Amino acid sequence: MTHVLDPDAPAAANPPRREPPAPYRDVTRSDAAFRAFLHGLPGVDQVGAESRVAVLGTRSIKTTAKAWAIDTAISMVDLTTLEGADTPGRVRSLAAKARRPDPGDPTTPPVAAVCVYGDLAGVAKEALTGTGISVAAVATAFPSGRASRAVKLADVRDAVANGADEIDMVIDRGAFLAGRHLDVFDEIVAVKEACGDAHLKVILETGELVTLDNVRRASWLAMLAGGDFIKTSTGKVSPAATLPVCLVMLEAVRDFRAATGRQVGVKPAGGIRTTKDAIKHLVLVNEVAGPEWLSPDWFRFGASSLLNDLLLQRQKLRTGHYSGPDHVSVD
Amino acid sequence: MSDRLAVRKTYKLYVNGAFPRSESGRTYEVTDARGGFLANAAQASRKDARDAVVAARTAFGKWSGATAYNRGQVLYRVAEVMEGRHAQFCEEVAAGEGLSASRARAAVDAAVDRWVWYAGWTDKLGAVLGGANPVAGPYFDFSLPEPTGVVAVLAPQRSSLLGLVSVLAPVLAGGNTAVVVTSRTRPLPAVTLGEVLATSDVPGGVVNLLTGDAGEIGPWLAEHDDVDAIDLTGAPADRAMELERLAAGSIKRVVRPPAEEPDWSADPGLSRLTPFLETKTVWHPMGL
Repeated sequence: MTHVLDPDAPAAANPPRREPPAPYRDVTRSDAAFRAFLHGLPGVDQVGAESRVAVLGTRSIKTTAKAWAIDTAISMVDLTTLEGADTPGRVRSLAAKARRPDPGDPTTPPVAAVCVYGDLAGVAKEALTGTGISVAAVATAFPSGRASRAVKLADVRDAVANGADEIDMVIDRGAFLAGRHLDVFDEIVAVKEACGDAHLKVILETGELVTLDNVRRASWLAMLAGGDFIKTSTGKVSPAATLPVCLVMLEAVRDFRAATGRQVGVKPAGGIRTTKDAIKHLVLVNEVAGPEWLSPDWFRFGASSLLNDLLLQRQKLRTGHYSGPDHVSVD
Repeated sequence: MSDRLAVRKTYKLYVNGAFPRSESGRTYEVTDARGGFLANAAQASRKDARDAVVAARTAFGKWSGATAYNRGQVLYRVAEVMEGRHAQFCEEVAAGEGLSASRARAAVDAAVDRWVWYAGWTDKLGAVLGGANPVAGPYFDFSLPEPTGVVAVLAPQRSSLLGLVSVLAPVLAGGNTAVVVTSRTRPLPAVTLGEVLATSDVPGGVVNLLTGDAGEIGPWLAEHDDVDAIDLTGAPADRAMELERLAAGSIKRVVRPPAEEPDWSADPGLSRLTPFLETKTVWHPMGL
């Protein structure tokens, strides 16, 4: 599929700006108003956030609760491969792993989705048809987001045409940090329209947003623009998903639902490698957002190596002795 | 009498090249042979053992991939640093084992010599245990010894330094990485050995020293799927059979415990090197 693009072409006859949901209909009436709204959000107490996650991280989750947490975490994994060296064969083997994470134990739940680059979405779709596992594709000039809007929208349409059920877009951090919040808003709205029926996850790339205040603003911006999920990171920038960032985002989706009635999901991605990290996140979800978010429909882990650690822990619980890397697949 | 306050020590584990506290937070008192307080030692738990195995597995690639000559150099360096800590080892061995100063010195001398001896073996194993095989066919056929992998070692309970060195050094010389559970009542020379290893050229994770109870940690190591061999020398006599049975679940190599702790000053020969080596045989077709 080829696209001929003219980045200089005017964006198709500026349509009227889509309004955010009530009671925030008028906040996007001008750049100044939107900026005033985002900067009027309560500030984040960074020290408080860090100490809260530190306390919640000490919760002891054992035996049956741990077994439940591991199975829940497995069912929330977006099994991801985003390498330049990805091949159709690698995507197919990942899809096989997504359906049956542990072939030795058929009671292991399948993962939520497989996350690939847009050009490989078709391969993933073919391998996952009929399984209930979604295909997520990254789009909009992932991971940097540095391209014209026409290119980004074409990227999205291409991925949707290839069969992606979910689109992971990146926001324009440059525009956000420069204070052009409405540009970012309009872009998310446009991408959401290009998605059609596909779910839209908005990657904030929190590692580049510098402060937790910015994370809160970007979260609200993405939710107002119609994102179905807000996602921490691309996984290509360090630091990626950290617990304080996740806390702020969970608070944002909680407050947003309380204000507008619309529920938005959260997806931490990158840097979550161990079962312990995953369980800490689940505790955070339960305590901050609430148990309504403890489902693959509303919370996901963007991860690749996490799944193997979850499987090792699952085997440990089942057999009573420690397992080893020889007992899970090499990705 | 000196009016200086005593520095009472609480030692930690040696895992992955660092000195962490036990995950469990437990410590126990170490006493000398007469029951006087010597120091506190960390009491390792099964999770420390698990972390140690992960560290040992990670370190295995580099250590086993190093040239035999290089491994010998690194092990010899360990002996050099041990020699520098000679007085401290003597003091700890004498206190822990209740030996006279001269007998403790003899034990430490023997331990350093043992380490040097095994350091010399690294690049000779291939010639002694491997070689070309005469086969009836057009093949150039040769065998060579390769390390088994991650080896769990339950160190002798009585001989706290010479015994420890006698079971640990051969594991390393063959290119394996080790998770060692030290003598429970006499762990201090092992703690000092950890400090020696940390300040010599042994990569982190190649040796992991857990102070604590072999009866508690042993079963977890014996059952662990990612441990390739276990040396039961220091296992409690009544638990050895059980440990061997647990080890069978993952088809580990097992070195059975002796009926009673041997005299470690005797020449060990190759008896402790060969159990942790696998023989690889290559059949290379010969051209006409």
